Amino acid sequence: MDKIKSLEDLKRIREEALKQKSAKSTAGQIQIIVGMGTVGIAAGARETMKAILDFIEKEKLTDIVVRQTGYAKWDSFEPIVQVVIGDQPMVTYGKVNSDAVTRIMESHVVGGKIVDDLVIED
Amino acid sequence: MRELALHITDLVENSIAAKSQNIHIVIREDNTANHLRLLVSDDGSGMTEEVLERITDPFYTSRTTRKVGLGIPLLKAAAEACNGFLTVESSPGKGTKVSVEFQQDHIDRMPLGDIATTIRNLIVCSPEVHFKFEYSVDDRQFIFDNQPILQELDGVSLTEPAVLAYLKTVINNGIAEVQTGNN
Repeated sequence: MDKIKSLEDLKRIREEALKQKSAKSTAGQIQIIVGMGTVGIAAGARETMKAILDFIEKEKLTDIVVRQTGYAKWDSFEPIVQVVIGDQPMVTYGKVNSDAVTRIMESHVVGGKIVDDLVIED
Repeated sequence: MRELALHITDLVENSIAAKSQNIHIVIREDNTANHLRLLVSDDGSGMTEEVLERITDPFYTSRTTRKVGLGIPLLKAAAEACNGFLTVESSPGKGTKVSVEFQQDHIDRMPLGDIATTIRNLIVCSPEVHFKFEYSVDDRQFIFDNQPILQELDGVSLTEPAVLAYLKTVINNGIAEVQTGNN
């Protein structure tokens, strides 16, 4: 794909994104944070992040902020994923592999229901 | 870590933690010279000479939450086991440059791995950073710069589904073209 063509595509992509955005209403901003320190990466955090982005893409979820952090204090529970919905308190999940991502995305991010068995206590 | 792409994620995370605004990632595979070179340079906070001297020591880490830092020492050991090297240049306030070389056809050289996922993850999750990614195999090259994309999107988030799909296509195709030589 040559560079100019791909930038022209972006104009269309931008409009498509804006259309999708206005079609869905969200219950407050959703933030998802993935721990990407050395331990997290070695434990599979890159695949965790990929699974989150792929879920957003596939299910066409809009207005979700995805961030990474190097902060790690739960080494043995990596990969760590934290979810914040609106002004609710942050929920921290541990040992989040791709299957756990699907559960968290479907139940918590889309459905608003925390996945209790994956939560780790601070 | 079993892939070079995972080590790249790790190196770039260091650059992000050092508050870099510009991060440049270069991968060059040269089958004639028989080496694979990797360069990650940033304009982050950099390190003093004292810290730099200890950076490849596995029992040194700048973090305070844990007493060991294994990212760079492991990569250095892997490169040296493949007739290569790892060097770090850094100065406070100016930034850091990590250069790594492997013998390309060494039996123990770890594969590059899923570099497309590594790059998309980094770009999507740190939109405030200017990333330039250059990947070449012999005379084929793919350059990906997030700046023109962010300008064109004009405030639309990189996590919007249509944008995620676009990034995946552009990055996957660019890398595949370099690796296979097919357009």
